[in-house]
Amino acid sequence: MSVWMILAAIAALGLSGLPACLSSSRRAAGQWLTTLIMMLGSGLGLSGVVMSLNESTTASLSVPWFLPWGQFSVAIDSLSTLFLLPVFVVPALGSIYGLGYWKQSEHPTNGRRLGLFYGLLAGAMALVTISRDGVLFLIAWEVMAIAAYFAATAEDDNPEVRRAGWVYLIATHVGTLCLIAMFALWNKATGSFALMPTQGLSPEMGGALFILALIGFGFKAGLMPLHVWLPGAHANAPSHVSAVMSGVMLKMGVYGIVRMTALLPAPEMWWGGVLLAVGAVTGIAGIAFAIGQHDLKRLLAYSSIENIGIIAMGLGLALLGRTQNRPDWVLLGLGGALLHVWNHSLFKSLLFFNAGAIIHAVHTRDINRLGGLTRHMPLVMGLFVVGAVAICALPPLNGFASEWLIYIGLFHTLGMDMQAGCPAAALAAVALAMIGALAVACFVKLLSAVFLGSPRHPMPQHLHQASTSMMIPMLLLAGGCAVIGLFPMMTAGLLEKAIGTWMTLPVAADSITAIAPLNWITMLGLALIIVVGLITLIINFLPMATVVREVGTWDCGYSRPTSRIQYTGSSLGQMLVRLFGFFLWPKTEGPKLRGVFSGTTQFKSLVPDTVLDRLVLPVFNLAGRYLPWLRIMQQGQTHLYVLYIVVIVIILMIWGAIGI
Amino acid sequence: MIEKCIHVVVLLVLPPLLLGVINKTKAWFAGRNGPVLLQTYYDLFKLMRKGMAISTTTTWVFLAGPVITLATVLLAGLLVPMGRFNAPIAFTGDLILFAYLFGLARFFTTAAALDTGSAFEGMGAAREVTFACLSEPALFFALLVLAKVSGSLKLTEMLHGPAGGFTATVAAPLVLVAIGLFIVLLAETCRIPVDDPNTHLELTMIHEVMVLDHSGPLFGVILYAAALKMLVIGSVLLHVVFTFQTGRAWLDWPLFIGELLGLAVAIGIVESVMARLQMRHVPYLLIAAILFCGFGFILLVR
Repeated sequence: MSVWMILAAIAALGLSGLPACLSSSRRAAGQWLTTLIMMLGSGLGLSGVVMSLNESTTASLSVPWFLPWGQFSVAIDSLSTLFLLPVFVVPALGSIYGLGYWKQSEHPTNGRRLGLFYGLLAGAMALVTISRDGVLFLIAWEVMAIAAYFAATAEDDNPEVRRAGWVYLIATHVGTLCLIAMFALWNKATGSFALMPTQGLSPEMGGALFILALIGFGFKAGLMPLHVWLPGAHANAPSHVSAVMSGVMLKMGVYGIVRMTALLPAPEMWWGGVLLAVGAVTGIAGIAFAIGQHDLKRLLAYSSIENIGIIAMGLGLALLGRTQNRPDWVLLGLGGALLHVWNHSLFKSLLFFNAGAIIHAVHTRDINRLGGLTRHMPLVMGLFVVGAVAICALPPLNGFASEWLIYIGLFHTLGMDMQAGCPAAALAAVALAMIGALAVACFVKLLSAVFLGSPRHPMPQHLHQASTSMMIPMLLLAGGCAVIGLFPMMTAGLLEKAIGTWMTLPVAADSITAIAPLNWITMLGLALIIVVGLITLIINFLPMATVVREVGTWDCGYSRPTSRIQYTGSSLGQMLVRLFGFFLWPKTEGPKLRGVFSGTTQFKSLVPDTVLDRLVLPVFNLAGRYLPWLRIMQQGQTHLYVLYIVVIVIILMIWGAIGI
Repeated sequence: MIEKCIHVVVLLVLPPLLLGVINKTKAWFAGRNGPVLLQTYYDLFKLMRKGMAISTTTTWVFLAGPVITLATVLLAGLLVPMGRFNAPIAFTGDLILFAYLFGLARFFTTAAALDTGSAFEGMGAAREVTFACLSEPALFFALLVLAKVSGSLKLTEMLHGPAGGFTATVAAPLVLVAIGLFIVLLAETCRIPVDDPNTHLELTMIHEVMVLDHSGPLFGVILYAAALKMLVIGSVLLHVVFTFQTGRAWLDWPLFIGELLGLAVAIGIVESVMARLQMRHVPYLLIAAILFCGFGFILLVR
């Protein structure tokens, strides 16, 4: 039953944009209909998910189909449900958000197309998480990738958007190529495309499958250095599409790695080590790049890379635990990683929605031009603070709960209680600590540059306020952050079930709360809120504690301050950018100052993506320069092409005859 | 129960005295009489009775900064044991909460500073968040060493060490960790050689410059929270450095308070005999702290 509900939900989501295509391009009715279908589909899907959780057996469906390979095979186990929840929550909220943010009447040329592919993206992601057949998985994967491309390039009249779209398209297809190779290899090793647990793979085969999965899914998830497409695509997509891409689509890459490692029978020690190391590098480099950005959405995109790094660290720890037969590492590592998947989809969507509200109001993504927006949009600012505190993993919000689990897991690798450990893995805890401190720097920078202080450039006369349909999704997401942050033990049951699908745990050691007392997080989170409230009350009741006067900022006696004296986001991050300059390679363009009174001049600083702008693009440019001689093969004459085919066939026949 | 009450009382009452001891020590080195030992208490009472002047550019973040900082430091103080007595709150994994509570404080302190729109406070905030990125790894290396030595993830048990305190076999790593933690203490509480609490040149400060615009009770809260933070991080360090106990409760409390005052004297001596480092050299000092704690870790698990 639950299978059919979820399949119906997928169909509803996938086709939600279709009816609107028949309606007028200037009326809102079509968009409302799309949103309604999205919400109905998501509601149906969520009830299917709840139902599948209550069923005793794994709901599945398997029917042969018209293609020569594989079959239509889906199943909904607890690992699938865990990833289905964000798929059913975030896109529907984004669709509501789009009613105010991307009004059909304001975007007559691309609104309907965006709606179509937005729904298709959501439906395809849901299908990815439940498909149990390599071929079906690849089809869903490709639909997802293409739908995301068209949704992200909604504003394709802008050359920057087209460029980001191209980079995305190439990157995602390189990833898909690895996945095709992986499933072909899987077929060779197991004899079918069915994604079922298997036995007796040789270590080399297992290793090859793992590496292909890591690269193929790593492209989608955004592991460094495969993240090249991510900042550009997220920055140039409409904000609710960025939210879905960052909050949910990246997690499909994570899902792929989790699913494949669950299927592969005997992981080896180095798999976990590789994931831990890649995760640590991705985390630190991701957030360091984020600090160097001055484009609001590029910054958020780099911070998504950082969070994927944290998730990868948790997964690596779980893999290590599986090889070393340590259920506590598995529970804490995978539990933390999966909880972080949820958490990131909540707070990152919230932050992208916030970013959309800001861009909607001021029409720029350059944070160095902003400032003092709190006065104009106090509620958006409050929600932004919630998102920022959550993403920095600070108590009492949800980011802390998941990172806390991963931390405890990493500390367990020290080898407590006289058990053998793996102290090298504990070094990841130090990396995580550095990531945490850098995240605080990054989001203090973003908060202050956009909302605090006073405007650094003149603001538009008439600021667009965020409409109710934009505020409601943000409020819901912020509420989700607070609830999971304060009551993380509610999630423990589902997490344990999902971990049970990933690896059979001994009965004596299958409880997260037994090794990590999550109820203490609740108590101290509430205590923190109460203490803050108490101190506020005490100060308010001090007899003399009143504001005696409102003055200008005391700029050390300087009597004519201007708002351009303020620290910008870039100046706040400058020390850190210099500290990490050995891989950030910041570009600065400044004048040489001569004399006491130099004239008006300009200074520019920029942190380009080291991998994309300094490695990938130069290589592609070289290829573009030196490979055109291959075009002599491609004359556009049909008989020549037929000749090629004949030649190839003859070569193949000879090859077959010799029997190499 | 009595222990917990004494813990809370010491935590709430003692911090300003530490600042008094530091100032007295510095005065003694300079050949001055210096302010009386209780001067910080007087300052706090004075500030609490004053009104506030508030910049027109600020928002609620400016007011929330000091309040949240004090709340987080107070909670962190409840997680750290004093002397041989257990902390009022102890659970597996509280060490992470301990570190991240300071992160929350940093978030709101720096945000409050940037809320004023002053370039000077921006400088302070930039330095604060930058240096934290280096002191945090050092702190976590130290926590790793302590966790490994004690076999526990409760701060109380970690700091008490195995039964009978830390033994000689782990002495070498712990000496390195103690040095690293002392540097972290100086950096986190903004003392010389990282920061100079007495300077009058805003360009060269970290913590003091971030709070230039706070006044009245809110400034009092900041002053108090800074002293409290010194007590809390100082207690962590003292457990590593000083493991002698008498075994009698009525002697151990005064002993612990004496240790804290001794630590304040040590900080005062460092402040008197050293100059503040150039701002661009501070990261080297913090990297040294990472290396001390990191080598401690490597020595332990090799």
